[in-house]
Amino acid sequence: MAEQLYGALAEFKSPEDLLAAARKAREAGYRNLDAFSPFPVDGLDRILRFPRPTISFIGLGGAIAGASTALAMQFFTNYDYPLNVGGRPIYPISAFAVVTFELTILFSALAMLFGMLWQNGLPRLSYPVFNGKRFHRASKDRFFLCVGADDARFDAGETLAFLSGAGALSVELVPE
Amino acid sequence: MSEHSDILPTRQSMGGMTDQLTGIPLHFPADRRWVIAMTVASAMLLLLMVSVVALFTRGVGIWGINIPVNWAFAIHNYVWWLGIGHAGTLISALLLLTGSEWRNSLNRFAETMTLFAVVCAGIYPFLHLGRPWYVYWMFPYPATMGVWPQFRSPLEWDIWAVLTYLTVSLAFWYTGLIPDLAAARDRATRRGWQVFFGITALGWRGSARHWQRWQQAYRLTAGLAVPLVVSVHSEVSLLFAAGQIPGWHSTIFPPYFVLGAAFSGFAVVSIIAVSLRSWFGLKNLVTDDHLDLLGKVLLATGLMTGYGYVFEVFDAVYSGEAHEMQTLVDRFTGAYAWTYWGAVIFNFIPLQALWWRAVRRSGWMLLLISVSVVIGMWLERYMILVTSLYRDFLVSSWSHFTPSFWDWSTYFGTIGLFLVPFLIAVRLVPMISIFESKELLHEEKEGQQHG
Repeated sequence: MAEQLYGALAEFKSPEDLLAAARKAREAGYRNLDAFSPFPVDGLDRILRFPRPTISFIGLGGAIAGASTALAMQFFTNYDYPLNVGGRPIYPISAFAVVTFELTILFSALAMLFGMLWQNGLPRLSYPVFNGKRFHRASKDRFFLCVGADDARFDAGETLAFLSGAGALSVELVPE
Repeated sequence: MSEHSDILPTRQSMGGMTDQLTGIPLHFPADRRWVIAMTVASAMLLLLMVSVVALFTRGVGIWGINIPVNWAFAIHNYVWWLGIGHAGTLISALLLLTGSEWRNSLNRFAETMTLFAVVCAGIYPFLHLGRPWYVYWMFPYPATMGVWPQFRSPLEWDIWAVLTYLTVSLAFWYTGLIPDLAAARDRATRRGWQVFFGITALGWRGSARHWQRWQQAYRLTAGLAVPLVVSVHSEVSLLFAAGQIPGWHSTIFPPYFVLGAAFSGFAVVSIIAVSLRSWFGLKNLVTDDHLDLLGKVLLATGLMTGYGYVFEVFDAVYSGEAHEMQTLVDRFTGAYAWTYWGAVIFNFIPLQALWWRAVRRSGWMLLLISVSVVIGMWLERYMILVTSLYRDFLVSSWSHFTPSFWDWSTYFGTIGLFLVPFLIAVRLVPMISIFESKELLHEEKEGQQHG
């Protein structure tokens, strides 16, 4: 084929079929695999050997940043303009707790949302798999397995035959 | 939920469910009713605009507030709206974490309700400022006067709590919405919809890698949202409890407020659930079982709120403090006793019908009880504010409060401010989480095969 290939896309009827096919593909030596499904499919990450996501660490970083910002802000404003209110302490941790807690949550939640989008490479409105003729059903009721063209074992004809043999409803090649 | 009863009827397909739910924005089925509702809502929003213009030109003196009753409607409705908002987060986040799948049919519109209820709440302190153009004084910026906001005051905590709550609710809502926007994008046939959903879905393609990160982000945000709700409404209660006014200065306030908030919020969720399901024919997704569970939750939170009422009285009596006792007597028999007894009756009497299963499973009964709860909780907030303020320590600071026309018009206006964006959201985005419903349907079908 003259044009550059992105990979081979196979359509499956159910999450179970997808899981079985993904397992077979791993066993057949394919490494550059991704799946597309209308909802998260349990166990797929173990079969495809994805690394554990690191969103929790991003969230923790955000939380620490939020708490530090809030405390620094409150300590500084009271240091810069100390106001004696009936002899109450200038730096009461108990009175600073609420704003500190809120900013911890705020920074952490936003860090996780943007971290998730960043790691996923979103927004990216166009992507090769969208060229798949039946791919619109990936958001409806079909489950897709994609073998990347840069996989060491990828061969257009052979891979398509392999995917058909793994129980796919339809297979096709998607251009880059 | 027991493992063997399925909340969603399993005689439906994932594809059918997707088409049904994306079809609500894409091929809107209830144009006439929507236009009628929108007309009423817009009229109320217009009323708010008129009221706000009047307020900004003439000042807060047009309201019924005075010294000593200087908070009244503005703060009363602020607390009421914010409380309603909390149930959306609780349904979504708490029930996600506990794995209660029945939330999947309710969480999207409950979260949407949260967003707009918080907006309605948020404008009240702003309107109440008197000089709203100085609102930026709440933020720490290097002022030429060399002063900073006072972070040791609950009034300053408030703006941080509410803005955080609004932002995190929006982030959580949108995170959950992305996969459904993609589903709607792939079903859209008209150019405008394709562009709208194409951009808002951010190019979501349902990749397994993406789902993995998405799930972690979504669950962790839910984990943050639950303590956030508790902290926000506890903070609101501290606006009162940190003051010395009898009837406010009590440690029971934070839990009492949080539970009351959940109670009123679940009532509004029930109202919306019953309305939407009859409006769009969603009985296959919002089933009688869902109403049953909502009824149970409403009853449970109601009884907990009732416990708060009992302990508020006990607290005052046990303290033996003369002014606390005086406020208690004022609540029972004073000029505003109707708000106290109104709250008790509207909150807790019709509620008892929910002990019966047949009542919980009947849409219109649940609707009527929920309306009663919403009124009851509104009266409760009125009671907490006015009965405490109108008579405090010194006879010289005793007075009365009567809401003026502008108090009422602003309040009814905020209902428009809630309904207009809500109705627009119903028109634009899938109001029931599509992918979570499909996931649940798949699990149920699996369970049937193996069970």
